[in-house]
Amino acid sequence: MQTKRKVYIYGMRALMLLSTILTCSFVVFLIGYVLIKGLPNITWKLISTKPSYLTGSIGILPDILNTIYLVLTTILIVLPLGVGAAIYLSEYATNKKIVGVIEYAAETLSGIPSIVYGLVGMLVFCQFLNLKTSILAGSLTLVIMTLPTIMRTTQESLKTVPQSYREGAFGLGAGKWRVIHTVILPCCVDGIITGCILAVGRIVGESAALLFTAGFAHALNGFFTGITKSGASLTVALYVYAKEQGEFEVAFAIAAILMILTVLINFSTTLVGQYFKKRRNL
Amino acid sequence: MKTRKQLVEDVIHGIFLVLGFITVACVLLITVYLLIAGIPAIGKIGIFKFLFGPKWAPTNKEAVYGILPFILTSIYGTAGAILLGVPIGFLTSIYLAKIASKKVKSVVETAISLLAGIPSVVYGLVGMMVLVPGVRKLFNLPDGASLFAAIIILAIMILPSIIKVSLTALEAVPKEYEEASLALGATPIETYFKVSVPAAKSGIATAIVLGIGRAIGEAMAVIMVSGNVANMPTLFGSVRFLTTAVSSEMSYAVDGSLHQQALFSIALVLFLFIMFINATLNFFLKKEKE
Repeated sequence: MQTKRKVYIYGMRALMLLSTILTCSFVVFLIGYVLIKGLPNITWKLISTKPSYLTGSIGILPDILNTIYLVLTTILIVLPLGVGAAIYLSEYATNKKIVGVIEYAAETLSGIPSIVYGLVGMLVFCQFLNLKTSILAGSLTLVIMTLPTIMRTTQESLKTVPQSYREGAFGLGAGKWRVIHTVILPCCVDGIITGCILAVGRIVGESAALLFTAGFAHALNGFFTGITKSGASLTVALYVYAKEQGEFEVAFAIAAILMILTVLINFSTTLVGQYFKKRRNL
Repeated sequence: MKTRKQLVEDVIHGIFLVLGFITVACVLLITVYLLIAGIPAIGKIGIFKFLFGPKWAPTNKEAVYGILPFILTSIYGTAGAILLGVPIGFLTSIYLAKIASKKVKSVVETAISLLAGIPSVVYGLVGMMVLVPGVRKLFNLPDGASLFAAIIILAIMILPSIIKVSLTALEAVPKEYEEASLALGATPIETYFKVSVPAAKSGIATAIVLGIGRAIGEAMAVIMVSGNVANMPTLFGSVRFLTTAVSSEMSYAVDGSLHQQALFSIALVLFLFIMFINATLNFFLKKEKE
């Protein structure tokens, strides 16, 4: 073989291997660095108290709770909307053009940067609907952001429901709604669950959209008062502690918590996928 | 006459119809609100002065609103991230699609989806603590927070989308193409680059456009590593992106002032950029389907 050709082949091979190793080492470094720097800083006091100016101590319990409130409210609202939209697309819509328009809109939504969502959320929910800077306003903003995710995963799994199930149910005289809620929905639970997990991941990791909608407060509140008040999520708290206050130990502790959550969420997505795949093949 | 059952079915159909159009309603809502909020300031400042003005000084006595530095920074930053990220992502995806064993592939794929899931503030934090001091020492600068640091962070952040999309495209290349090339005497590596890649080129183009969209829209990670001063972009200078201009000043701009309105106009410009990128993306997706 010509040397030029040989050099090309080995060169390309080496480059490919190098790129792959580089990509993996980014992941290993990011996770390792954050955990090593962050885990020692996670103390019981940190995660079980609120920040106090009197003693000058920092606690992130309010931020943990705010994140949980955000996740709960957002999922509660987005779930019926996203699943409903997916059902409309795959079960009701007959006009191809309409389906195209809706899918294009979902595509567009998933491409819009979160900072733009944050601004629009501030204009629409905080100012126009007069919700002020509150967790509810933040959740509603996140609803629009996560809508395409829930819609897409549900739609994917609706596609895998065999046509014969529908025909069988219709043949037995069931109406459309009955077929949907007794036959089709139970079959696409996996898609809905996967969508929820992905959405939770997105919510937990989101920060730019929450800055101007959910705000920065660190007050300790119950669920129902909490969602009407301003509150920082873990990500926003990380940003504030690192960028504005220079409290890097706290920032790394939060980063480590976020990293563990990310790993857990990824892991459970895979697990859910495998579980339902197995059940389907049985 | 309609029976009760029929009526219930119709009502439910109606509900689903409304739900179906909710995404369209959201897109319209966002567009309309951004236009309403963004156009007044552009009108007052003048579109040319706004888009091509080289100076941004909203708190000066004679406030100047020119966003050319932000636009250029966003463009340079994105271009830099693409220049670094695409080759790495592209080569990784070929390796995974064609050479890697099943086990290696699944491990690397897990790693890549982890990379995609890491929150942007965590990227920002690590960038702030590792990359910024590193850049400062390596290039002997007074401050490492710069366009260069932002480019590196963005390049890493867009890797997952680039790898995933090009991987799917490469795996969809018909086996016969590769077999034909191998039978003609080309080595496997030559086959991958000269047959598989051209066959998957619209998928790879999609991946790149997706990466551009991600990079141009990222705010929190870059705000933490780019220094955030409204300069004309230089590689090692402190810079401000379109996204970070909005997020850093929104909290202190006075409600209803021209300053705040100008920030909405910046968001509108960003939104138009994204819409253009989306349209390009759709063009490639359609092409791929054909």
